Amino acid sequence: MNIVVLVKQVPDSGADRNLRNDDNTVDRGSANNVINEMDEYAIEEALKIKEAHGGEVTILTMGPDRATESIRKALSMGPDKAVHVLDDALHGSCAVATSKVLAAALGQLGADLVICGAESTDGRVQVMPHMIAERLGVAALTGARKLTVDGATLTVERQTEEGYEVVTASTPAVVSVWDTINEPRYPSFKGIMAAKKKPVQTLSLADLGVAPTEVGFDGATSAVVEHTKRPPRSGAPRSPMRARAASSWSSSSPPKSSCESGSGHV
Amino acid sequence: MSEVLVVVEATKEFGVKKVTLEMLTLARELGTPSAVVLGGAGAAEALSAKLGEYGAEKIYAAEGDDIDGYLVAPKATVLAALVQRVQPAAVLLASAQEGKEIAARLAVKLDNGILTDVVGLAADGTATQVAFAGSTIVKSKVAKGLPLVTVRPNSVTPSPAAATPAIEQLTVSVTDTDKLAKVVERVAEQKGSRPELTEAGVVVSGGRGVGNADNFKLVEELADLLGGAVGASRAAVDSGFYPHQFQVGQTGKTVSPQLYVALGISGAIQHRAGMQTSKTIVAVNKDGEAPIFELADFGVVGDLFKIVPQAAEEIRKRK
Repeated sequence: MNIVVLVKQVPDSGADRNLRNDDNTVDRGSANNVINEMDEYAIEEALKIKEAHGGEVTILTMGPDRATESIRKALSMGPDKAVHVLDDALHGSCAVATSKVLAAALGQLGADLVICGAESTDGRVQVMPHMIAERLGVAALTGARKLTVDGATLTVERQTEEGYEVVTASTPAVVSVWDTINEPRYPSFKGIMAAKKKPVQTLSLADLGVAPTEVGFDGATSAVVEHTKRPPRSGAPRSPMRARAASSWSSSSPPKSSCESGSGHV
Repeated sequence: MSEVLVVVEATKEFGVKKVTLEMLTLARELGTPSAVVLGGAGAAEALSAKLGEYGAEKIYAAEGDDIDGYLVAPKATVLAALVQRVQPAAVLLASAQEGKEIAARLAVKLDNGILTDVVGLAADGTATQVAFAGSTIVKSKVAKGLPLVTVRPNSVTPSPAAATPAIEQLTVSVTDTDKLAKVVERVAEQKGSRPELTEAGVVVSGGRGVGNADNFKLVEELADLLGGAVGASRAAVDSGFYPHQFQVGQTGKTVSPQLYVALGISGAIQHRAGMQTSKTIVAVNKDGEAPIFELADFGVVGDLFKIVPQAAEEIRKRK
């Protein structure tokens, strides 16, 4: 089975993240850029399927030069090769344009199965699997907590608010996974060394037959007008009560300190 | 005034979800709200009274197995046809998995911009979004097509405005490509009487400090006393204390209740991403240096097993 895993490089969600003041895009220059955490679960799932059923696992990333670091990191987990869609004109692309580019690349790669994380930790938009599936005319099985492959039949268990549902489709298809699906492996030393030699193909917009005017700021279907850092919570951090004070809760004077704040929040 | 389409979010168990009422309230400021029900046979009829109560002037219904038996593709096809026919001023969907997915396909079908996790929408189409774990406020606009927006639950206070909507049944004509992802089984899991996590006015969450699955009864007890939902941090979920569907944070649900109570939660950024926009935050933690106290409006440093029962007792007395 020819499996392609979508990997996005994002600013580390454990640190302070910002939008750029000049063009309102994600500030990647000052950030610690890492693989989108959820994508590691997608890579793991792809590797498990390859180990059980054979085939090949390809990483597909759209992103600037420095995304190469994340591609090598992804490859160190075990995938066979990678494709990096790299073009200066892509800067500022919206989700709709991004899906056009990724769908064009997937079309060239002829994937049987596309696996991606359920969301990225930067945008958290969750639209990419369905946008790509819509463009490719294939099924999208999203939010999988369990994936079973039986020949060309895929069966996914997905969490819903009322319980869970079981959904099936035939390949080719796009599957997105949550972090409940598996436990991603750590790259071994051997894996890290091997990743340095694995092929990484670079594709430009011209290679994909997408015009520069269809992407970036020119082709954006939505625009950020402005952004502001949210002010600290209006109550400002108060010194917390010590436990001994808590014993007074059982007396008739409950603490009165809190509830006035918060009205200024969005 | 022109029509604003509101795609109804409902469940069999709870009926019309609160976010739908919020969207109808928001839609009234932008134009004339029309509700769109995409579901099983008879869904629109069952929901129409509630939708009318919050100002739906009209209900478009697409119902049946062709809609309900597959993941979102058929719904998006029907909705795209409706949008092209009525040319609404805006389309609002819930910023939850299904709403976002329908919106995603609609955006591609119509080559239209999309804005997700919107907490406010002005008449000129400028949307307010909260990004990066609540740390950044973004104003944005759809640059191509109509405002196609997914609205985050608990962003708007729903207010009733009676209307008596007529139901218009839509012709459901979907392609084979729309029917590739087939739902073969739906399993309801026991849920109890608690409100749904993303919609609840009060959320009581437990973290690693709760210690084990059995101790979560304490979290549940306090939640029930406050009429709230139960949440859990990722650490608690990963340790197997509580099921994943109740996880609050970066890789779980985003909640924005009036009151958020964090018990034994340190407040890692991963958790804060899911609860930072709560109106009032109360935290109980043994570690006075825990980052959750930077957010808390009211914090107690101490043993939650001593403090929570006292709080519960006090609340019981005052009920």
